[in-house]
Amino acid sequence: MGAVTLTNVTKTYDEGKVLAVDDVSLSVEPGELFGLIGPDGAGKSTLFRILTTVLLADNGTATVDGYDVVKDYRAIRKTVGYMPGRFSLYQDLTVEENLTFFATLFGTTIRENYDLIKDIYEQIEPFKTRRAGKLSGGMKQKLALCCALIHKPTVLFLDEPTTGVDVVSRREFWAMLKRLKQQGITILVSTPYMDEAVLCERIALIQTGQLLSVDTPQNIVNAYAGQLFAARADSIPHALTEIRQFDPVRSSYAFGDTIHVTFRDDNEQNQQQLTQYLQQKGHTNVAVTAITPTIEDRFIQLMTKDTSS
Amino acid sequence: MFFTSWRAGQNARPTNVAVTVMKQLVVFIRKEFYHVFRDRRTLLILFGLPTAQIMLFGYALSSEVKNISLAIVDFSKDVASQQIVGKIQSSTYFTIQQSTMSYGDMERAFLKGKIKAALVFPTDFYDDLQHVKKAQIQIITDASDPNTATTITNYLTRIVGDYQQEMNQNARVPYQIVTEMRMLYNPDMNGSLNFIPGVLALILMIVCTTLTSVSIVREKELGTMEVLLVSPFQPILVLIAKAVPYLVLSLLDFVLILVLAVFVLHMPIRGSVSLLFAESTLFIICCLSLGLMISNVTSSQQVAMLVSMMGMMLPTILFTGFIFPLENMPVPLQIIANVVPSRWYYLIVKAIMLKGLGLGAVWKETLILMGMTLALLGISLKNFKIRLA
Repeated sequence: MGAVTLTNVTKTYDEGKVLAVDDVSLSVEPGELFGLIGPDGAGKSTLFRILTTVLLADNGTATVDGYDVVKDYRAIRKTVGYMPGRFSLYQDLTVEENLTFFATLFGTTIRENYDLIKDIYEQIEPFKTRRAGKLSGGMKQKLALCCALIHKPTVLFLDEPTTGVDVVSRREFWAMLKRLKQQGITILVSTPYMDEAVLCERIALIQTGQLLSVDTPQNIVNAYAGQLFAARADSIPHALTEIRQFDPVRSSYAFGDTIHVTFRDDNEQNQQQLTQYLQQKGHTNVAVTAITPTIEDRFIQLMTKDTSS
Repeated sequence: MFFTSWRAGQNARPTNVAVTVMKQLVVFIRKEFYHVFRDRRTLLILFGLPTAQIMLFGYALSSEVKNISLAIVDFSKDVASQQIVGKIQSSTYFTIQQSTMSYGDMERAFLKGKIKAALVFPTDFYDDLQHVKKAQIQIITDASDPNTATTITNYLTRIVGDYQQEMNQNARVPYQIVTEMRMLYNPDMNGSLNFIPGVLALILMIVCTTLTSVSIVREKELGTMEVLLVSPFQPILVLIAKAVPYLVLSLLDFVLILVLAVFVLHMPIRGSVSLLFAESTLFIICCLSLGLMISNVTSSQQVAMLVSMMGMMLPTILFTGFIFPLENMPVPLQIIANVVPSRWYYLIVKAIMLKGLGLGAVWKETLILMGMTLALLGISLKNFKIRLA
């Protein structure tokens, strides 16, 4: 049995008017670093809240560590660590006071589980007398992680832990998660950043409350249908409108400073034809190259397939 | 159940449940005190508001009155009445509006608010004084403002008394001027000088209710409630951990008000101080329960503040009875007043502080307050959400 399981879970808000989670079934293995990837409003936080027993699902069942989220909610609250999406520590308490508070609340002490948080806590220790509200975004996240870890949870729920955090801190944060995984803690992390998805062992792509795909990042990329091309030109916005009018093109969207393009039929001439087409339209520095898709590309493919069908 | 899920294997020491709960409570209560002492606004509400209120009521509403518009209705027009009027004129307290007028004129002047008091000498004032050695004089005051009315009556009685004393210095048989008082519009003189018990009730009601409700709602608003819920800490204990600090702080508040009342405003405490303390603790717990109840049904600090401050302020001022006498209210309002806890507390404090009565005299009010407290506490415990809304 998985460390975390969801079976046909559905949750609506506003008396059934807003569908937040739509018939989701999922199983996370013990010790796994599992990512829930999806844009804002996809239903990630709702799933986390159902699993951490603070929200009740309309339908379906869920378990954490084998405990039922409704029946055995007390047991789950004792064993899991939860870091909500919004910074949820006491801003007017110092770093140390926050940590002591949560340690005591979980019936433990900082010293007892210090080895678990040592790596992270050492980084914020110089600021231990500073009030949590005065910390930078990255520091806040590290403190919140310490507080969620202090009782050595069996399952750790991190809801968008890197949102609003700078790139360096984000990288550090993921390195910490890797180390925690080695301690045997099951980690469920959600993020809207696709580039973080590859850092998970398995991911679930979620959109408007539905799971689009659950697999390893590599398998998700491998499942990409067709060949993907990246087109470059001096004027990306104009090129995009023109590519959309080009008949053989199935889909096209801006991706950083390139345009990702797929064709209706995969044939050898596609690349050549598109280059010529853009040059005819007066574009300069045109280059079309075949590329390996990213998770985001697969996400967009799944999303558009979903809406067209 | 508790132990099986209590990861006893990881926490090597066997943990006693009671000890853990106590430790949790202590650290939680300490946290609450940090919140209070680090927030200037809370401190201001807690200690600034009561000080300002009691001083305001003590001095701004002080009973000393000057330049009172007084009408003299003199049907006697004799030496004695002239001498008394002269004495009144020489005092700084009165401005004499009109020395002669009829009863009808006087009533119109009262209604228009031109005069605050009238002194009436009957036709045979001097005759009676000379021959019977006993004469009557009437003081009529506008008692729609009871504090002023009492003061005016006192001043006039004293001036007449002075005159009487002077006359008696060289008289064999003492002269006697009987002052007859009529307090217009409010004959019972309810709610006269006894405002301090009322202010005490008002302040405790507002401060306790507001601070408790806001402090719980703040946890909801800042998202910390979500973290608290996903912890072994029992949700019900949140209520206790919140109530204890505010009970302590409110008792401090009570002591502060009492000290100010006794030493600055010279208010007597005629009854037992410990009984007063016990009754106040009961009232504070009642207000805290009300605050807990408000926090259950609101989700933003602003709404909680509005409900507990504005929503409580008016009923408390109206229905406690220290500004507007309840006896003069229409019956439906009197019934409403019965559900306002401060109304009962006000009666208790007045009985203990001013009349020096014991528990025997206030047991009924005490029982009512207890009943209210239990009901409010029951409702808030029952409605406390163990999950997010």
